[in-house]
Amino acid sequence: MILSKKDIPSFLDKLISEYQVFAPVQEGSYTLFKQISSGADAVLTDSNTKLPAKEIFFPQSEKLFSYNVTEEGTKLEATIDDQKKVVFGVRPCDAKSLTLLDNVFNNDKYQDPYYLTRRTNTIMVGVGCNAPASTCFCTSVNGGPFDTKGLDLLLVDTGDAYVVEVVSDKGKALAEQAGFAAASDADKTAASKAKEEAKVTCQVNTDGLKDKLDVNFYDPIWDKIHEKCLGCGACTYLCPTCHCFDIVDDAVDCNGCRVRNWDSCAFPLFTLHGSGHNPRTSNKERYRNRIMHKFKYFVDNFGEIACVGCGRCIKNCPVNMDIRVVLEDVRGSEARLDS
Amino acid sequence: MKNPYLPLPMKLVKNFTETEDKLIHTFTLQFLSEEDEKSFPYMPGQFAELCVFGKGEAPFGIASSPTEPGFLKFSVAKVGVVSTALHLMEEGSMVGVRGPLGNYYPVEDFKGKNVVIIGGGFAFTTLRSLATYMLHPDRRGDYGDITVIYGARNPGLLLYKEELAAWEQSPDINLITTIDRAVDGWNGRVGFIPAVTEEVAPSSENTYAIICGPPVMIKFTMPVLEKLGFPVERIIMSLENRMKCGIGMCGRCNVGGKYVCKDGPVFTRAQLNELPNEY
Repeated sequence: MILSKKDIPSFLDKLISEYQVFAPVQEGSYTLFKQISSGADAVLTDSNTKLPAKEIFFPQSEKLFSYNVTEEGTKLEATIDDQKKVVFGVRPCDAKSLTLLDNVFNNDKYQDPYYLTRRTNTIMVGVGCNAPASTCFCTSVNGGPFDTKGLDLLLVDTGDAYVVEVVSDKGKALAEQAGFAAASDADKTAASKAKEEAKVTCQVNTDGLKDKLDVNFYDPIWDKIHEKCLGCGACTYLCPTCHCFDIVDDAVDCNGCRVRNWDSCAFPLFTLHGSGHNPRTSNKERYRNRIMHKFKYFVDNFGEIACVGCGRCIKNCPVNMDIRVVLEDVRGSEARLDS
Repeated sequence: MKNPYLPLPMKLVKNFTETEDKLIHTFTLQFLSEEDEKSFPYMPGQFAELCVFGKGEAPFGIASSPTEPGFLKFSVAKVGVVSTALHLMEEGSMVGVRGPLGNYYPVEDFKGKNVVIIGGGFAFTTLRSLATYMLHPDRRGDYGDITVIYGARNPGLLLYKEELAAWEQSPDINLITTIDRAVDGWNGRVGFIPAVTEEVAPSSENTYAIICGPPVMIKFTMPVLEKLGFPVERIIMSLENRMKCGIGMCGRCNVGGKYVCKDGPVFTRAQLNELPNEY
């Protein structure tokens, strides 16, 4: 099937009448995913959005429930967003990140209804990456510029149009509903060519990385590796797989709500006990935890690396901390088994 | 899908100043209906998030035992926003409770075994739950000797004084209380937990040790338990780390790849030996 680029606004406008449609939009100097009210607002550029798509499912700030306490009792009201949604123009790395977050919000004991309801009700329309950026390393972490994990439809850019590939039943239904024209053989050839020519030039060797992390918690390398890091947390806020949050009350007298906000393991208060004790006292422990979480703990718990190689942390770090270099350094370190 | 973030409204029926320094209060909370109570099946060692609407929520170990129907008990130190708000709450007010959360003491494994419970300071809360559970007439026969070694800086800081007095008299339990320095009118032991444990602990044979207290007490008691021959699989500990969600999602209470809230708070020494020392 084929979707001509000039038809995108009208395609999205049709979807808007039935779904909440999220697409990359230009906001000031950068792009991010937002709900659009007109198909013309969607901006598909060559590069990925500045902010990941996770916010659609796991907002930076979200009301869990509101409450009202009176003499008669306590009234709680939770609103679960069950609106049907389409996310248009998501990149394969960001789509894959959601399949990783699914493990967290649907763990062995608990389900998070806010996140999971949105996930269930959303159709993911992805667009492959013909020209991966120099900071992209998806192919080093089990991804790829045309990877379909987490997607329902994949669009492949062939110049004036996108070739539409069906990934799931949900995607198939949407494509049928949209009534895309069939792709010609020439279109298909162009799509295959685009896929072949898309090169992720940056490779991070992760061979043996996990084995190393399994034994190097007490290695002196952690004393050095974090030194440049300011602990600003920018990487965690821009990371499509970071999911840490805080829960706070926002209230006036007896009326209020409980809210969860993104939080970051880079911050000292994150783990500070009421007693004053802090298990991750310095930047060393916090930075080590971030690396360990993504490349060891998550692998131990869910069998996958919690990094999709989107490169946002590399592009946006104020002190040029580069996770690719950090991983190389860790991999090259001499592991010590003693503590 | 059950919403794990929603608290159960409960009535604060008693706000009791537990210790002489007034920093620990024990709260007795009553379920508003039988249905609510059924929705909260818990075991000794589990915790819950207590919330004061408008201030927030914080996790606390459950001090009551499931053998005590109708209410929940929490002993809370005044350290932050939520605990301070709780301390100031009037009886009759509404409190939110979210749980029960976490795993529990492996009481099934204790069956047919002796048990020594070692507690220090105000970390005695879930240990009280455990002792009360095992002492229940329906269950007491399941276990061998039950020994409780409980210490505090001074007599005024011991929790649950009435209960301790009753346990003193009971043939079902061997209670040893100790304080750090001698004071007038104290007839119990004087000395730190590690030394007292070395002196009075039962044989490690066929015995589980459950230990909960300040880090310094744990640090010095651990070698004593090893010396007494307790294998690491039969030393049970309960951890504390800062928590928010209590359900393994918010990401802050991890020790290595384990979340204290979801995979703990109860761990064996053997399990902890496999984890980094980040707690």
